[in-house]
Amino acid sequence: MADHSQAAHAHQFDDIKQQHEADSLGMWVFLTTEILFFGALFLCYGIYRHAYPDAFASASHYMDVILGGINTAVLLGSSLTVVLAVHAAQHGERKRLLVFLVMTIVLGCVFLGIKGLEYSHKFAEHLVPGVDFQYAGPQPGAAEIYFVLYFVMTGIHALHLLIGIGIMTWLAVGASRNRYGPDYYAPVEVSGLYWHFVDIIWIFLYPMIYLIHVYR
Amino acid sequence: MKMEQNVDYLNVAYGPRSWLLSTDHKRIAILYMISITFFFFVGGFFALLMRLELLTPQGDLVAAHTYNELFSMHGITMIFFFLIPSIPAVLGNFLVPLMIGARDLAFPKLNLLSWYLYIIGGIFTLTAMITGGVDTGWTFYTPLSTAYSTTNVIPVVTGIFILGFSSILTGVNFIITIHKMRAPGLTWFRLPLFIWAQYATSIIIVLATPVIAITLLLLIVERVFGVGIFNPALGGDPLLFQHLFWFYSHPAVYIMVLPSMGVVSELITCFARKRIFGYYFMAAAIMAIAALGFLVWGHHMFVSGQSVYASMVFSALSYFVAVPSAIKVFNWLATLYKGSISFHTPLLYAFGFIGLFTIGGLTGLFLAALAVDVHVTDTYFVVAHFHYIMVGGAVMGYLGGIHYWWPKITGRLYPEGWAKFSALVLFVGFNLTFFPQFILGYLGMPRRYHVYPPEFQVLNVLSTAGATILGIGYLIPFTYLIWSLRRGKHAGPNPWNATGLEWTTSSPPPQHNFDKTPIVTEGPYAYPPFEKTEVVHGGS
Repeated sequence: MADHSQAAHAHQFDDIKQQHEADSLGMWVFLTTEILFFGALFLCYGIYRHAYPDAFASASHYMDVILGGINTAVLLGSSLTVVLAVHAAQHGERKRLLVFLVMTIVLGCVFLGIKGLEYSHKFAEHLVPGVDFQYAGPQPGAAEIYFVLYFVMTGIHALHLLIGIGIMTWLAVGASRNRYGPDYYAPVEVSGLYWHFVDIIWIFLYPMIYLIHVYR
Repeated sequence: MKMEQNVDYLNVAYGPRSWLLSTDHKRIAILYMISITFFFFVGGFFALLMRLELLTPQGDLVAAHTYNELFSMHGITMIFFFLIPSIPAVLGNFLVPLMIGARDLAFPKLNLLSWYLYIIGGIFTLTAMITGGVDTGWTFYTPLSTAYSTTNVIPVVTGIFILGFSSILTGVNFIITIHKMRAPGLTWFRLPLFIWAQYATSIIIVLATPVIAITLLLLIVERVFGVGIFNPALGGDPLLFQHLFWFYSHPAVYIMVLPSMGVVSELITCFARKRIFGYYFMAAAIMAIAALGFLVWGHHMFVSGQSVYASMVFSALSYFVAVPSAIKVFNWLATLYKGSISFHTPLLYAFGFIGLFTIGGLTGLFLAALAVDVHVTDTYFVVAHFHYIMVGGAVMGYLGGIHYWWPKITGRLYPEGWAKFSALVLFVGFNLTFFPQFILGYLGMPRRYHVYPPEFQVLNVLSTAGATILGIGYLIPFTYLIWSLRRGKHAGPNPWNATGLEWTTSSPPPQHNFDKTPIVTEGPYAYPPFEKTEVVHGGS
């Protein structure tokens, strides 16, 4: 204990400001790699949707727009709690920080729970490529590619969220030990950046996967 | 032994824990050096078996399938486990903080994690190779790799997937370190070109590697679940795989060669005792190569069936890469002009680099021409071309750098006579191995076959003889460098009278590099600032 806001900077840095800047830039550069990572998936999606527009539109009928919509709201809500957590850390409000971190963790878990529910529906409907895929609609081959991309993209997104929940838990433990304060909040801030990124990916995924049949 | 009282990064602590859990960038560099050297000899072993098979036109040493595995595993090992990490992870790791006056990289723990990821990836891939190998070529083209190959594709690809994160961590670490941790006064245009090269390489790593990662992941999904992401029989698009693959793998060529260019700039200025000619253009050329490298991947796909208009654009863009590359070569030569040149081993390697890189680069232009490319696609001409870039270029640069900074890394001098001899052996062996392959390719010998028409035998025998010499050429430095660890003369802090912050520390450097953060007041390569310009073998 007792290291409230007095966190010494790591030996390789000159001062805490330099460390903060390095942490922040490091996260931005890492997120750049993440954009390329998901970008390649979006490219695959774009190419196959262009190749098989009708199959993609009819396959997206099998998505649960309501559950997906709830999940979108849940994730946006979690971004709000993350922002509030960062604000609390910057102002040394330890209790609020802890509360918002826990809320973020809960919202993240709710998202994963709903996602798991959707996955289990897909299993029940025999719409899992490579495992149990029976598709009655037109162009089953193209629809299978749609479902492959659905599982890969949302699966990797869920993995990112799971990692995010782990990070938030680690921050919550740190916050309960009074590790963060106005002089040292970079971990909360850069973890927040990561969380927002995961959120934004979902903002793209939701219309790409759930809503493409709406305007057809 | 006389200077035992000096505490440096090597004798500050002993034992496996002090190495395997070290977050010191210098120790991690040594860990990387040992690991990549191991993989280099593994890859070299596969190459040796291939060259032995090609000694005769018949398939008498290995069967066709085994040969497929040999060239696949040679390529995979050399590219992913040696060339890509070589200079960044070893010399970059060791030198980036030293050259910019920092105590360590920005994220030392991530640096250690990157080595562990490398090792985990290596264990996956190596285990897969020992238990059956892989036969898809290092390119893993679909649907061969996903639907037809019966070899260990998944564990090999998993290893490379993991390895990608090791690369990314190194790249992120270098970018942040170079942005945020330069010593006071060390402005961007006072940076040594080695740092510019590491910076450009890191940007390529960070932007390209995630794309190959997701591509390999999709490949694994396709193979495991039998779905059709890239398999045309199931509605997928195999060209999409090739586009994604080369979007990484062409820039990867620059991941291999740009760091060597950085090394060569250091060597030439030091041993010509001159400032680099056209510093700004040299720095800009590095960044231009990195940027253009992202726009030319389609030249690997001229015969794949992609749009001819796309091919024309890719062809033209590929020619553009020649411009910054030529700027670099001309500026190195201009730097040598009227320099007071001392022919030490590192400079010999730099000369080797310039000559071989130029041949490799010019033949690259042949291949960027659409019609010529169709004629020589998938022949030994291509094989010779990229070995001139990757071995003649990248490996020469790596060895030159290892020799140049060996006194800094270990505190000992290597034996100059043996070193010069081995540089010569390597140069001769390299050209004898690969020059005949240009002719073979032009005459129409396809790559990736273990048998060939008898009229090609003479050139193949020459090539195999060259490979033998090349192999010996690699064993000589391996031997004397290890020997020098105990027996080499003590180097002293700056045996070459070189400029650069790394030479202001003792050799080997202390644990945290600089007792006091240095302040930089002038640009790089301020030669000749010294009274005595001749270098010395006789340090303390």
